[in-house]
Amino acid sequence: MSDWEPKIVSFFCNWCTYGAADLAGVSRLEHPTNTRVIRVPCSGRISPKFILAALRKGADGVWVSGCHPGDCHYIEGNYYARRKFALMKNLLEHMGIEPGRVQFSWISSAESTKYVTVINEVVSKIKALGPRKNFIKSKN
Amino acid sequence: MIGYMDKIKEISERILKEGKVDIIVGFRKGSLPMMNEPCVVKKAEDVKNLVWDSNCGINLVNYLTNRKEKIGIIAKGCDTRNIVTHIVENKIKKEQLFIIGVPCTGMIDKNKVASKVDSEIIEVTENENTIKVKTKTNEIELNKTDLLQENCSICVHRNPVVYDELVAELIEEPKDIDRYASVKAVESMSAEEKWNYFEDLISTCIRCYACRNACPLCYCPTCFVDESRPQWVGKGQDKSDIRTFHFLRAFHCAGRCTDCGSCERACPMGIKVRDFTKKLEKDCVELFGWEAGMTLKERPPLDEFKLNDPEDFIY
Ligand code: SF4
Ligand code: SF4
Ligand code: SF4
Repeated sequence: MSDWEPKIVSFFCNWCTYGAADLAGVSRLEHPTNTRVIRVPCSGRISPKFILAALRKGADGVWVSGCHPGDCHYIEGNYYARRKFALMKNLLEHMGIEPGRVQFSWISSAESTKYVTVINEVVSKIKALGPRKNFIKSKN
Repeated sequence: MIGYMDKIKEISERILKEGKVDIIVGFRKGSLPMMNEPCVVKKAEDVKNLVWDSNCGINLVNYLTNRKEKIGIIAKGCDTRNIVTHIVENKIKKEQLFIIGVPCTGMIDKNKVASKVDSEIIEVTENENTIKVKTKTNEIELNKTDLLQENCSICVHRNPVVYDELVAELIEEPKDIDRYASVKAVESMSAEEKWNYFEDLISTCIRCYACRNACPLCYCPTCFVDESRPQWVGKGQDKSDIRTFHFLRAFHCAGRCTDCGSCERACPMGIKVRDFTKKLEKDCVELFGWEAGMTLKERPPLDEFKLNDPEDFIY
């Protein structure tokens, strides 16, 4: 199991974190390759349905990232998102998803170094949890 | 609460006759004991069919959605909070309603009553504090407080929040109640224990959606369970689908649920579906200082934000 690598579905906001990931790439900053990135217009677009779907289809973790509060391209989308995320994360953990499976961050498009720090953090936390065992949709 | 009956009929008849409302939404006697059913009264002479006792746990606000008439509604504490939620969500206007407010002393759980006797129940009657249960062979008297629905036994908003007329004096709200004991019990478990707890809880769910249908908050024209492109939740008995249903049903009620217990009461399998909504209710209080349906002046928590909302879980 030692060479097991987690698959992490990442939802990045178009205006900030997606840009940061891009910048990290073009800047040749080395970082893990465990993420599968899905670009969304705004972190406010994230519905719990997306996160549940990612988990049920076998993702070992989910990472949601958007612009810093105050920097939202749509002025306040991430402020609404923040409340939604808090309730969503708590309810997921309340029903038995391990803390750490679903992670959140604010990373601006200029913060390629923060991006690298956070991705390392996210990957190592999810790796420590091991492969997911529950809440996986059976394939028939 | 049966003492309220005459007053309810008197008010209903009067406002129908005066033309203040076109219909009254209330309860009539059901065909089985403890199964009062919602009804709509259109004529003053029919108000005699209205009943009120401790078997009126269904949330009548469910019957206000998308109606055009002027409606008189008989509403207990939790119902009025759902009315407030409807108004805040622009689902109905206060002017369309005449609220007959009922200071509530709690509703009884028919399953609890049934568990006290061992043969079929033929008749259930009540006084202020006692419930008399008659079976084929036996007749026993029970304390109402021992038979309350779980949500009613921890309810601290029994009095109506908004009303046009009351059927009785407001009552004293219970104090020193830990409303979130059941949530805390789960919170203290490990992730695996939590997982198993809920696995067990919903293991008998037959996906009938009665819990959703009984809830006044569930008025979406297309419910997520019926969405097909993409299909977020499968229709079969896959365990992860059942869990997805419960997660999303509860989440859609976040910051809106009044813990009226209608969902739980409606479940034919006796599943404690409030275990999901209760966690959100607790979080809304703790994170956003919010209790659903208490005021017409504030926006609900997911339609609002504060600059300093909690974000210690975000990098
Ligand atoms: S939740 Fe409260 S107001 Fe509603 S039926 Fe129970 S005791 Fe009455
Ligand atoms: S989710 Fe259940 S307890 Fe909450 S408002 Fe709906 S029916 Fe009532
Ligand atoms: S009412 Fe009960 S059995 Fe039906 S879908 Fe809801 S929890 Fe499942």
